[in-house]
Amino acid sequence: MTAITAVGPRARNPRFLLDRADLIGPLLLAPAILYVFILVALPFVLALYYSVSAFTIFDPSYRFVGISNFVDVMRSDIFRRTLINTFVFTIGAQVIGLLLGKFAAMLLIKEFPGRGLARALVVLPWAVPVSLATLAWQWMFDSLYSVINWTLAAVGLISPDNHLQWLGQQDLAMLAVTVVHAWRLFPFGVVIFIAGFTSVPKDVLDAATVDGAGFWRRNYQIILPMIAPIVMIALIFGTVFTFTDLSVVYLLTKGGPMNGTQVLGSLAFQVGIMSGDVAHGAVICLFLFPFLLIAVVAVLRALRRREI
Amino acid sequence: MASVTASDVKKRFGQVTAVDGISLSVRYGEFLVLLGPSGCGKTTLLRIIAGLETPTSGEVLIDGEVVNELPPRARGIAMVFQSYGLYPHLTVWNNIAFPLKTQGTGREEIKRKVQWAAGLLGIDHLADRRPRQLSGGERQRVALARALVREPTVFLLDEPLSNLDAKLRASARSELKQFQQTVRTATIYVTHDQVEAMGMGDRIAVIDHGRLRQIGTPAEIYEHPADEFVASFLGTPPMNLIERDGGSLGFRPEAFLPKELLNGSALMEMSFRIDRMEYLGSERILYGGLDGRAAKREVTAKLPAHVALNGIRAGEWHAFAVRETELRYFDRAGLQVR
Repeated sequence: MTAITAVGPRARNPRFLLDRADLIGPLLLAPAILYVFILVALPFVLALYYSVSAFTIFDPSYRFVGISNFVDVMRSDIFRRTLINTFVFTIGAQVIGLLLGKFAAMLLIKEFPGRGLARALVVLPWAVPVSLATLAWQWMFDSLYSVINWTLAAVGLISPDNHLQWLGQQDLAMLAVTVVHAWRLFPFGVVIFIAGFTSVPKDVLDAATVDGAGFWRRNYQIILPMIAPIVMIALIFGTVFTFTDLSVVYLLTKGGPMNGTQVLGSLAFQVGIMSGDVAHGAVICLFLFPFLLIAVVAVLRALRRREI
Repeated sequence: MASVTASDVKKRFGQVTAVDGISLSVRYGEFLVLLGPSGCGKTTLLRIIAGLETPTSGEVLIDGEVVNELPPRARGIAMVFQSYGLYPHLTVWNNIAFPLKTQGTGREEIKRKVQWAAGLLGIDHLADRRPRQLSGGERQRVALARALVREPTVFLLDEPLSNLDAKLRASARSELKQFQQTVRTATIYVTHDQVEAMGMGDRIAVIDHGRLRQIGTPAEIYEHPADEFVASFLGTPPMNLIERDGGSLGFRPEAFLPKELLNGSALMEMSFRIDRMEYLGSERILYGGLDGRAAKREVTAKLPAHVALNGIRAGEWHAFAVRETELRYFDRAGLQVR
């Protein structure tokens, strides 16, 4: 009896309240749960609702219209073009960004004087606000002042009086936005690959060398499979980041010329916010969801299989 | 002709000299141990022989041929690393087959050799596992099998037992030695563990500060250490060294016994002050000092546990003695005088 009464008051001592996992656990989890609920789940449900209503900012009625919004959107040529663009943009930026990231990481992992500075410079695109960076790119792609055109002309690849209209021609504009986005992804790729390379034990590399593996075999049969899980994470992150991105397109081309560079994000913004057709904007946005879901599930499954 | 010869090999990393002119050779079928404290340059020497490091100067010969310019794969060596260096994403089978695949060996030949190596090391049943599913001992065998399939001129082993727990290490030691005697391939084995060196080596090369201090059979190294470093590096506890005529006088703790246990005439008597005693089951270690000039250095005596401690107590003096044949003399420079 005495033991129980002795324990009683101590357990209620407010000084030890924070030592109790049953209290502190929910307390620390609450912000995350609230965040997911208010900023993820609620807008998602709202978007679902908008997509089957006739909601516009000029006529904010929640009239149920079934799947007619979806039919409208899928019949639109601009939307189909946008869907293709989004894939080109996403896949292109991943391939360019991660590939260049890998090569740069292979260079930056070597010891050389000024390596710290070089690494810092490589990571810079990350630190620059996208609006400023895109402004600089706009100058580089400018029809008259384009440093890219001047360089190409100087080395004789294009004629000086026939400058490329980087942002005025649909295919070139698509290339331009993809390259700019790849440039934004590049530092991330570098960091991921450097982290990956340094995680490969020296003994394994030495063993491969002694076992007769040359540069290519070491890279593609030993190092790459070993760092695949890390690269997969980079791929998921990059894909989601790119698929949902609208900033580069919006800032560089506004989706033009003639909707030639629209991606889902920018089209949804234009239709839903700029034009006020919230219902159709929501439908376009919802097209992001299944693709992202498939991509994430596929990569996560691959990741689990590859776990080493 | 020797299997591996290093002649005056030097290696500097910036200001640090890791290997300072080592010359030694390994005979065919011999098990040579490179023994020394950590950072003495023994692993660097092994990596130079493997071709993973380039010597600053000096030559490495394998099978009579200078291999300085050859990449590791062309040297006819196989190496087992401290943490084994297994490929974590490959199965045991593919780990063992990897060196054969890089050589472009035919499929049938690969199958035959992998089966042979896995069978020899008793790991055939693990073929489909991945390294992370294996125990430390099994990993070590996979690493050995991977080295074995290349049928090298020489095995290079870099502290392969240091990742095993003490009990496993003892059995792995005898297995490794047995394995080497079966395949009869010259082996260079790096360790800082004198028990491994004494138990496994046909010969031991003692290295310190990048220099070869002594090379010889375990008995030679133990009985006739070339200098004070070797004398104090081997043996637990190490050889007692007491000052004498500018040089030192050395004797092993197990040779330093109560006078009444020794008979015969050629004895050197010493009065031993016992400070403390350690009981280790099979033996007792006595720590203390001598009187006179040698009083500064601690002296140890190792007594078999079955010896009765008649009147030997901590804090008291007792007459101890060493047979004169057990005494070793070192000159002012620390080299043994025979």
